[in-house]
Amino acid sequence: MEKPLTQHIRKDGRPLTLKEYEAVGGYQALRKILKMTPKEVQVLVKESNLRGRGGAGFNTGLKWSFVPLNAPKPKYLIANADEMEPGTFKDRILLENTPHQLIEGMILSAYAIQANESFVFLRWAYKTAAAVITNAIQEAYQAGYLGNNILGSGFDLNMHLHIGVGRYMCGEETALLNSLEGKRAIPRAKPPFPQVSGLFGRPTIVNNVETLCNIPHIINNGAEWFQKLSHTGDAGTKLYGVSGKVKKPGAWELPMGTTMRELIEEHAGGMQDGLKFRGALPGGASTDFLVSEHMDVPMDYTSVAAAGSRLGTGTLIVLDDKTCPVGFVENLQHFFAQESCGFCTPCREGLPWVEKILESIDSGEGRHEDLELLEYHTKALSPGHTFCALAPGAMEPLQSALKYFREDFETHINEHRCPY
Amino acid sequence: MLTTEEKYEIDKAIHHVPEKKAACIEALKVVQSHRRWISNETLCEVAEYMEMSPDALEAVSTFYNMLFRKPVGRHVILLCDSISCWVMGYKELQQQITKRLGITLGETTTDDRFTLLPNCCLGTCDCAPALMIDNDLYRNVTTEQLDEILKKYE
Repeated sequence: MEKPLTQHIRKDGRPLTLKEYEAVGGYQALRKILKMTPKEVQVLVKESNLRGRGGAGFNTGLKWSFVPLNAPKPKYLIANADEMEPGTFKDRILLENTPHQLIEGMILSAYAIQANESFVFLRWAYKTAAAVITNAIQEAYQAGYLGNNILGSGFDLNMHLHIGVGRYMCGEETALLNSLEGKRAIPRAKPPFPQVSGLFGRPTIVNNVETLCNIPHIINNGAEWFQKLSHTGDAGTKLYGVSGKVKKPGAWELPMGTTMRELIEEHAGGMQDGLKFRGALPGGASTDFLVSEHMDVPMDYTSVAAAGSRLGTGTLIVLDDKTCPVGFVENLQHFFAQESCGFCTPCREGLPWVEKILESIDSGEGRHEDLELLEYHTKALSPGHTFCALAPGAMEPLQSALKYFREDFETHINEHRCPY
Repeated sequence: MLTTEEKYEIDKAIHHVPEKKAACIEALKVVQSHRRWISNETLCEVAEYMEMSPDALEAVSTFYNMLFRKPVGRHVILLCDSISCWVMGYKELQQQITKRLGITLGETTTDDRFTLLPNCCLGTCDCAPALMIDNDLYRNVTTEQLDEILKKYE
């Protein structure tokens, strides 16, 4: 089984140096694309069917193609390394261990859209990654992979590390741009899309870390190879993760379309002794629960969507039978209410209300009408009713919890207590 | 007054961006790294240096979780309260911290040694529960280990 993203990660936890990365084929893709036109690179990546690994799952090459290639300088390429979706810890692994894989992916992507300025927007909490990336950027400049006239090609690219100051909204690409401009991280109206008018009003591409790390391998091995890595129609490998009360929580690079059963039972070693699986959020806090009947659903964008949820970030959060589903969802809604940027009313007012209702149910003070109120919010905060995807994302675990764990909500209300 | 060192660091950040005020978050980070937190006086000094109104800078400073507009102790404990850490029992850690230090979320010990703050997902969910003290990340933390960890910070 091929694991292009993680196969060279060292066991001792030390990041690959530039020399070590070069020794395993690093920066060969850069040499290759400098002989290609930007359009050819875009087409190759589009044909590979690489879809955005940050959660939205949009075709990466297609996203790039919306950038006007002949626009005057500057254009920007940004790596979204603000990993903050609760339950998600996959990009950290790539950032801390294989920094040059990301940097090469960024150079290739910048070339494909002819951007000359790039940023890594890194989460403040990733202190190790900050040191690793800082050092790797320096190495890349010294080797002539960054800066002016890269490898004599006439292509220039600068790269800066920007360390954020903490806010979930910064993961949303237009809010991230506002934050980079020194503003509050509130989302922007689309259109115009960032590809046309992004950072400082210039054409900008924002890609997730895992997405960018795939680019060198696609350039080196081709679109067809990339598609064949997958078990299903959505191409490539995926960095999956499992957290919660399983025997061996962790993250693994596996073929796209690996089933939830394989992830939990084989890689995560099954549930802890004495516990049973009740459900899981398949891709971070803002995805709908999957339950036992979905164990054999291939974990790819298309199949998880067909099962009523989203692949999201591909990092599962497991709910066991001794953990209260109401408390679980209350914790999630607390997070979303707190992280709402407050810019649009339904989200700012709705999420704290949802949190309070869940609190009262969990503490035994719930009423049966509260379930209707919660149902109402899942519709009032659904896509199209809010400015960005934060509140609709928050409603995904709630609406599916109301569907799959309704008995638990009712028991809390009937018995005026939390039965767990 | 901003110190020469602070100004030097802020100027470095300004250098990367096409307009000065785009570096205002960096500027706030710089002064916080020297002064632990951002007082009203500090905010006004930074605003003047960045050629912004104090209220425009205040709007930015109050938005971000890691910019402190209230005093914090010598060490800041960031306790992850997100979902994986909730499942794995962060509340027990919180109770233990309160028992040992006599502070709850948002409070600072009377000797100014620790401030305890809740924190969103630290991105190490396979090693939950987790917490950070200053720049140090601690994973799979048990209540027994907590006492040893706290001892490292004076």
